[in-house]
This record gives sequence, structure tokens and C-alpha cells, in this order.
Amino acid sequence: MSDIDKDDVTGVDTTGHTWDGIKELNNPLPRWWLWCFYLTIIWGVGYTIAYPAWPLLNSATAGMLGYSTRAEVAAEIQRFEDQNAGLTSALAEVDLTTLADNADLNRFATAAGASVFRNNCSQCHGSGAAGAVGYPNLLDDDWLWGGTMEAIVHTVEHGIRNETGDDPRYSEMPAFGEILEPEEIDQVVEYALSLSGADHDAALAGPGAVVFEDNCASCHGEAGMGDIEQGAPNLTDAIWLYGGDRETVHETVVHSRFGVMPPWSDKLSKAEINAVSAYVHQLGGGE
Amino acid sequence: MAFLNKHQILEKSPTLLLVGTLLTVSVGGIVEIAPLFYLENTIEEVEGMRPYSPLELTGREIYIREGCYVCHSQMIRPMRDEVERYGHYSLAAESMYDHPFQWGSKRTGPDLARVGGRYSDAWHVDHLKDPQSVVPESIMPKYAFLAEREIDGEYVQDLMKTHRFVGVPYTDEMIENASADFTVQADPDEDYDAMLERYPGAVVSNFDGEPGITEMDALVAYMQMLGTLVDFSTFTPDANR
Repeated sequence: MSDIDKDDVTGVDTTGHTWDGIKELNNPLPRWWLWCFYLTIIWGVGYTIAYPAWPLLNSATAGMLGYSTRAEVAAEIQRFEDQNAGLTSALAEVDLTTLADNADLNRFATAAGASVFRNNCSQCHGSGAAGAVGYPNLLDDDWLWGGTMEAIVHTVEHGIRNETGDDPRYSEMPAFGEILEPEEIDQVVEYALSLSGADHDAALAGPGAVVFEDNCASCHGEAGMGDIEQGAPNLTDAIWLYGGDRETVHETVVHSRFGVMPPWSDKLSKAEINAVSAYVHQLGGGE
Repeated sequence: MAFLNKHQILEKSPTLLLVGTLLTVSVGGIVEIAPLFYLENTIEEVEGMRPYSPLELTGREIYIREGCYVCHSQMIRPMRDEVERYGHYSLAAESMYDHPFQWGSKRTGPDLARVGGRYSDAWHVDHLKDPQSVVPESIMPKYAFLAEREIDGEYVQDLMKTHRFVGVPYTDEMIENASADFTVQADPDEDYDAMLERYPGAVVSNFDGEPGITEMDALVAYMQMLGTLVDFSTFTPDANR
């Protein structure tokens, strides 16, 4: 310690380190800094006492405050559920046919349904519900499986042609490429086009009517108006799920289509299902 | 003050300083990491978890190869908004057979931890081929080439052996039947009962709707099982976590 001396100018001790005659001052740390440092240590100790922290043999210390992430999120969800409890339970039990008459509940259902729709349905049916090729437009009044509240609720709950739900809506159009002769397919395609007034070859459509009656009418109806019981689309309204040009209709007849919708009863609550159905119902085409 | 000046001993010897630093830092490591391997409440066991089927495992490899994790997380955090949007928060045990885990760290796209069963196979195929065809506002790139790349599961057995090596409980029977299980999961016309017995809850489907097995089949098979294994109607969360 003999080489520690005081700096002449400031009167502060030096550390005893010298480089080329330059000495290092040994100033103490600023008080405010030092006290903050001690405070963080005290805070840290308090924190590990208040919150889950130290690992022991089988579990970590639980903390005096009894904090738990899971309990907190459960409480948070419960708090929001309680806020709307009256409306939610009314919505879960409402008679679907009279929901529209109850203005308050209907407003709640439509608003809640809109957010359920955007989160769960918009990926296929579009964020504006206009659908996409292969995924039905929900804004119009053309319904494959029915547009009443009951029908929509059933579709949402059970889905369509899925393997996972119980009692999904189910129908399967045969792939007529394996049943009909190529010329018969050409004829029936022209006839199908003629039903909605599209450009068609009348010479082929004539015999196509016979093919249609023998093969298609049992589901799509004698006049091609479709059948909601079987999810058979109306062919006369010029609304096409997969496309109404000659090539696409030909492809549909040859290979058939098999659109699947998952069931939602295991992912959404009854109130959410009623809400999203009310939302879809009021989009424009509800029956 | 003599004791307080002892720090000079450490500071004046680089070797002692190095050893002292290592000791101090390792305390942090030991306290934070080591307990995760033995504490019961970090390795909560849940019913329903099983190793990935060969086709799902292959799909998972494609998921990693394409860097899906860069934009999609697989981890629903315990917060109300996430639970409302994606479903029950993720459990550690749901990633127990993931090597490496796919929690991700950034969500440019939505979380995929519970995407299984939410959409139809056809939607996944449409969406992977051209995301904007079904979600016009999406910025996801197109992965149409997956549907053209045929795969035969040539290396899936080795892959499963590797996963077994790092702790996934694949049985000898599973490894033996790897390539048969691989094929049968993408063909609902085959006899898939034995595969389902080994991998309960696996989705059997011709995922891409085309004959043959492509990377598309594998990836969609993986998508369709994500987050579906644990039955949350029977799960009681242990609050002390």
C-alpha cells in the first residue's frame, strides 16, 4: 500500500496504478448509484418471497401472493364471462325462431357473431362472407343446406361431410366420369348450362335433358332447382360454387365435388354458435 | 476496511477472476435451468400425447425445412385474448415429443398450435397452393410445389430412430411398421386400423385429393393433428403453475 498516494490537485486517493506517469483516481461510486444498487438487491429478495421463485426438491416456492399464471387467466376469462353472463345464457337458450324479435339480444348476437365469424369462419368464407371458389358465399339467398336459423345452426354445429363430427350433413355426388359415356357427359353439361340461361349448344342440350332426368334429377330435381335436404345445389340460378363455365361444369360432372366443413360444436360454445348463426342469417340471405 | 479491499486479489489475477466469474454465472444457470429437469410441475403429464405418426413427422420436417416457424408460432400463451382466439393455452407437455420445439418467436401469421381440425383438408391444400385464393388479404407465399414433390418415406424409419435416440418413446413395433404406416395414413381405402392403434387420433385421409403421396399430404397431415391430442374437456389445470 505504500505506493498509494494522494492526487495533488483533487486531494483524492489514487489506486496505485500508474501508466506513463498518469495515475488513476480512486473516487468512490456516486451515492445515488450505490443506493439504487442496494435497493435492487432488497427488491430482488422481496420479489422472490412474494412471487414463485426458488426451486426446491419437488416444486418451486409458491410465493406469499399466491400468484399463478393459470389462475390469473382463468379469473380474467371468468370476469368477462360474468359481465355478459345474462346475455350469453339468454343467447344459448333462446328460441331461434324468435331471436330476431328480441332487439337487444339480437344486437348482442350479431356483434358477438361477427367476431366469432372473423376468427373462425372467414378463412374459408372470406372476411366479408363472400366466399371463394369452393367455399360458399353467405351473402346471397342461395342455400345448399337451408338458410333458416335452425338450418344454419345445425350446419355450424355438425359441419358438412366431415369425419370428425357426429351426424354431419352428408351427401355425395357420384363421379359421373365412371358412370356415363363421354358424349352423354357433354350433353348433360350443355343441358346444365341451359338451365341457368348460359350459352349452350342446344343440339347437345336436347339429349342432355334425358341424361339429366335419368341421372341427376333425383337430387337436383326435375327442373334442376336443387334439394336442400340433400345439399344438392340449385342449377337454375346462375350461382356457382366451383364455377359455371363449360370446362368447370364438365370437371364437376366427371369428378364430382366433395366440399367439407368441420364441425364447430367442440370448439365453440352454444351461445357462440347461435351468435355466429344470427350473424350469418342477417347478412342478407337468411330465410 | 481490510476485508472490503480483498476484491483486489481477484481483480489482480486474471485466472482467479475468470474462475470467479464462471462460478458466479453458473449459479444462475444451475438455479434457472437444472430444476426444469426434475421439478414435477414443469413436466406435467397429460393424457393423449403420443409420438408423431411417420407421415406427421415427415410433415413436421417439411414445416421446419420451409421455415414456417419464422412466421407462425405454436404456442398459445395464457392470456385471455389468445385463449379466446386460438383455444386453450398450450401446455409444455404438448411439445414433449418435439425435437426441436416449434414455439416460434414471432407471429406474422396466426398461431398454429391448435389449427388441427379447424379447416378442411381441401382448404389447407388450396391455401398452401395459393393463400390469396382463400384469404385475399394474406401475405403468405405460395407453396404449390409441395403438391408436385412425391415422397415415399424412404428415410422416415431413420428419422424415427433419431427421435427415439433423443427420447421420443417410439416402440420397436412403430419403427418396424414405419413405412407401412406412412403410406396407409394418406389412403383411406387401405386397412389403417393397426396404424390408428399405434397412433390414436391420427387423421387418415387422402389429404391432397390426388393419388400418390406428396409433401402436401405430409404437411396437411401434420397441420390436421396440431393441438388435437389433449382432450381439454377432461383436463383439469393444476393451478400451481
